[in-house]
Amino acid sequence: MGRPVAIIGVGQTNHGRRMDVCYPDLVREAVVRLYEETGLSPDDIDGVVSGTMPSMMEGVALTHFYFADAMQAVGKPILKTETCGSTGVSLAHTAYYWVSSGMADLVLAVGHEKMNEGDSQATMTTVVEPWYQRYFIAGAPGVFSMQSQMWSVRYGLDEEKVRDAAAFISVTHHDSAFDNPYAHIKMKVTMDDVKTARVITYPVRLLDVCPNSDGACAVLFASDKMVKKLGLDKVAWVKGIGYRGEEYYFGDSDKAVWQSAVGAAQQAYDMAGIKDPRKELDVAEVYNPFTFQEMLFYECFGFCGLGEAPDQVLKGTFARDGELPCDPSGGTLCTNPIGATGLVRTAEAALQVMGKAGDHQIPGAKTALGHAMGGVDQFNGIIIVGSEL
Amino acid sequence: MAKEYKTIKTELRLPYELAYGATWTKFFEGMENEIIYGTKCLKCGRVLVPARSFCPRCFVDTDEWVETAQEGTLTAWSYVNYSYFGQPIKPPFIGALIRLDGTDVDFLHLVGGFDLSDFDLVRKTVKNGMRVKAVWSDERKGNVMDIKYFEAI
Repeated sequence: MGRPVAIIGVGQTNHGRRMDVCYPDLVREAVVRLYEETGLSPDDIDGVVSGTMPSMMEGVALTHFYFADAMQAVGKPILKTETCGSTGVSLAHTAYYWVSSGMADLVLAVGHEKMNEGDSQATMTTVVEPWYQRYFIAGAPGVFSMQSQMWSVRYGLDEEKVRDAAAFISVTHHDSAFDNPYAHIKMKVTMDDVKTARVITYPVRLLDVCPNSDGACAVLFASDKMVKKLGLDKVAWVKGIGYRGEEYYFGDSDKAVWQSAVGAAQQAYDMAGIKDPRKELDVAEVYNPFTFQEMLFYECFGFCGLGEAPDQVLKGTFARDGELPCDPSGGTLCTNPIGATGLVRTAEAALQVMGKAGDHQIPGAKTALGHAMGGVDQFNGIIIVGSEL
Repeated sequence: MAKEYKTIKTELRLPYELAYGATWTKFFEGMENEIIYGTKCLKCGRVLVPARSFCPRCFVDTDEWVETAQEGTLTAWSYVNYSYFGQPIKPPFIGALIRLDGTDVDFLHLVGGFDLSDFDLVRKTVKNGMRVKAVWSDERKGNVMDIKYFEAI
């Protein structure tokens, strides 16, 4: 095991439709906020890692070059990490590896996306080869509605109950987004609104789906030596990380018991010494671009038993005042600048254990989980942070 | 009112010539002749479809060719009712995972052969676990759309 690593600062843009700024200026907005928050400057940084969706999303290739100035990476080592939807958590992992290895004391991780400038679903389909899967992988909604149907049939779940639980998730996350100053969609929705919204890909309706957001997130990772040197007390120590992939072809792996999600969580729990995640975690920022999918994650992460998620959701287990609050920031469902999204989950988990989450703070949170999913659906990554080393 | 800033509309189009290699070439020759080819991994015993040159789990070559069944069971489906740039198939359509009889992974294709514009009819007709069979195109071109779709048996 390497050196202990902590997250010592976070900067986020106001996420949304940001046609008021060109892309590098959006990236810089997050970086500037991080430096304002920490009181540090680019001179203090040993290395920079940046990430987006595949460049087809941006319309400009080699994005870490495009944004090098905006991240003040001039004269420093620079890396790019890209794993589609899980890019953000992979950025956190890259920074963690870099600092933990002893090769750097302060590493800046920056995730960013301008979803409104390109075509997100068309970009998604370029992840697969054009002669077989690209005909049928109709972007993310197509993929994840297949998955949610396989899951509900596998466990013989009542269609109406699953529908109600997904609507409950939508309502509570939309409510939470009002308490997050950076969230994109701030809209009061009712159970009926969700259940009667336009079908996108059955059973997924409009209010079960995340928006296209523009946004960036910057997170600063420091060695224990640097934490001491700077005299910081409120930091988020990285307690565990996990990442797993599955086979490339979509039909090769089970969708209902999602092995990469199960494996990534287990790796992170083992490293953090967590045996009962529902009891030992105080809050989780689960990557939830789709309401139905969030329930699969609860099960794969061991927050509840397989097939039990709808009942637990409707009991309020994962609500803001429940046993294990999930996505008090409003989550991906309300804000999804994809290349930043996984890093936003990491950042939100860190803010919770630092006691800096503002109006969506879970009181007394000491241990938090951040997550993101990528590939077509084959990648899952986890980071667990804690207030104590 | 906030000032409106200018934007630029742009497009990236690049030509590619991608190599199929031996395995995909034989798979698509099969399509032209109404054959669905898989390959069997002699280490784990799984029949993989479409045919692969190697088993992704065992990392050994899969030299044994199999003509798979053209009937199978629907394991997952998705009614797609939105469009995006360059979408190869016009919506609405039903993307599906199909477990062809005797194989060990799901084959990705379409379910069709009835009026897809009526979503209530779709919900009544398409169920996980339903039996389906391949419907071939009259004019086959050696690509995966030589199968028009899978229809209910």
